[in-house]
Amino acid sequence: MDNILVYCELDGSRVAEVSLELLSKGRELADTLGVSLEAVALGENLASVAEQVFPYGVDKLHLFDDARLSPYTTLPHASALEKFITEEKPQIFLLGATVIGRDLGPRVSSALGSGLTADCTSLEIGDYEDKKRGETVENLLYQIRPAFGGNIVATIVNPYNRPQMATVREGVMPRNIVRSADYVGEIVQHNVADYVSETDFVVRIVERHLQPAENNLKNAPIVVAGGYGMGSKENFDLLFTLAHELHGEVGATRAAVDAGFTTHDRQIGQTGLTVRPKVYFACGISGQVQHIAGMQESGIIISINSDPNAPINAIADYVITGRVEDVLPKLISHYQKKS
Amino acid sequence: MELNIIVLAKQVPDTRNVGSQAMNPDGTINRSALPAIFNPEDLNALEQALIIKEKNPGSRITLLTMGPARAADILREGLYRGADAGILLTDRAFAGADTLATSYALTSAIRKIGKFDIILCGRQAIDGDTAQVGPQVAQQLNLPQVTYTRRIVDFDGEKITIERSIENGVEVVEAPLPLLLTVDGAAAPCRPRNAYRLLRFQRAATPSEQAADGYRYAEKAAADSNLTLQEWNLAFVGGDASRCGLSGSPTKVKKVDNVIFQAKESKRFTADDEQIKELVAELLANHTIG
Repeated sequence: MDNILVYCELDGSRVAEVSLELLSKGRELADTLGVSLEAVALGENLASVAEQVFPYGVDKLHLFDDARLSPYTTLPHASALEKFITEEKPQIFLLGATVIGRDLGPRVSSALGSGLTADCTSLEIGDYEDKKRGETVENLLYQIRPAFGGNIVATIVNPYNRPQMATVREGVMPRNIVRSADYVGEIVQHNVADYVSETDFVVRIVERHLQPAENNLKNAPIVVAGGYGMGSKENFDLLFTLAHELHGEVGATRAAVDAGFTTHDRQIGQTGLTVRPKVYFACGISGQVQHIAGMQESGIIISINSDPNAPINAIADYVITGRVEDVLPKLISHYQKKS
Repeated sequence: MELNIIVLAKQVPDTRNVGSQAMNPDGTINRSALPAIFNPEDLNALEQALIIKEKNPGSRITLLTMGPARAADILREGLYRGADAGILLTDRAFAGADTLATSYALTSAIRKIGKFDIILCGRQAIDGDTAQVGPQVAQQLNLPQVTYTRRIVDFDGEKITIERSIENGVEVVEAPLPLLLTVDGAAAPCRPRNAYRLLRFQRAATPSEQAADGYRYAEKAAADSNLTLQEWNLAFVGGDASRCGLSGSPTKVKKVDNVIFQAKESKRFTADDEQIKELVAELLANHTIG
């Protein structure tokens, strides 16, 4: 009771990166509150989950191991969690803001009548003064998220309903190993049949086609990103040349993706990927907040823009004022000559 | 097979293009400077409904939106594009609702509609990007849900086959009716307005709008019942006020901050060849690249 629970999303039997990031944050919150960190995983062949999550400081791992729970479908996972959470009564329940977390989270929160905040970028513990009731609720989860297309940041609290639920985007929170390799927490195996009924299996998966990510944008040390200001697909392709030279990856703004310059899997920003490379080239990117939200943690930011007053220039370390189609070929050729 | 299809839609400020004209000098957003639009993914949902209707003649599409009086604009927009009827769910009691209170109000209205086989809505709305209302409505109606729908592959009169996006791929699932689908932006775009329907429905109005207009088109409205958009309030749908609006919302906004980025001291260069050469040399020297 009153602990922090993290949903471990599985890809086969591998725990998703976002879940490990959440466990790291969960450990920190549990220490602040003086409670345990618990993890729950539902799927098939879960023997290896323990060794994956214990280094992040999980005190207790709950397993629901059943062939019917893998691959993920909504209703069995939602039913099991609804009943499990009702018994376990955690004060905080966290999920990744992935396709699965965003499918499952709202279903579970609605069943429990609790609140849910989507796509948080930061979680903290703090107090809330309820002016209407004239009371202060202590040690609440501050669920901090961008809203209104990324133009504002809202701090959301859930003062009276439990659990306090939030989903968090991948790549936003750092992973943090806090236990030695020989640390083992408690493992509880649950009997799935007690939690899931036959009627939960009405939606059947007919086919699945998994395409491994075609790029390594999430972990690339150098990102060469282009915006609508690239002007054309031909100009945008210059970014691939530069990225190739620098051993980096190509990213894009939503506007560039919408314009058809490149594919959706390269989109960086509030509704795309969050990246934190060592070096970020922003080419023909004006710098809408929704894009900056996905790259502001970058080490060195280099902006190439014909508008000397482009908003992105304010956060750039280097600003090159000029047309991208003039600057990029020069940049590429000088780099080739020097290195 | 004749199907009853409900499409949930929301009128949203166009947050995709918040330009300088929409920012107040103090950094806050001037919401009134943003156009109110039909939430983009709700249009993708409407298109899926229209496709089902084409394949199942005699089906009926009801567009349901919750919002203030001006949200009737998107009901008209839906009628121009092929929806059969529009319902505006509007009441002061709904104001300030979070996603749970919103889904409760919509669920109450859907129960009032009564008959449905498929409920469709956009995956998420661009003002909040939460993607919560669809699954929450499904849960409250005890319906299966399929989120991130890209395409309805087939409906054989019994089972519906759906292609949906998953992390790093696509999945095809099969489900019985009734169910709720959320449709994402990768699905087919909505067809444009139909000129005939535009002429027919441009005078479609809610009773409040008809009154505000001094019943100028009363005769037309009397002759064609489709020109009166339904306007439902909390009492009409029989919802519990304590579960609506601000009081029915478990989540509260503690505070809202404007996004201020830490400005940096930046080094400036021009597109001049010598300047680029100098920049490359500097980036190599300080091990930024190379």
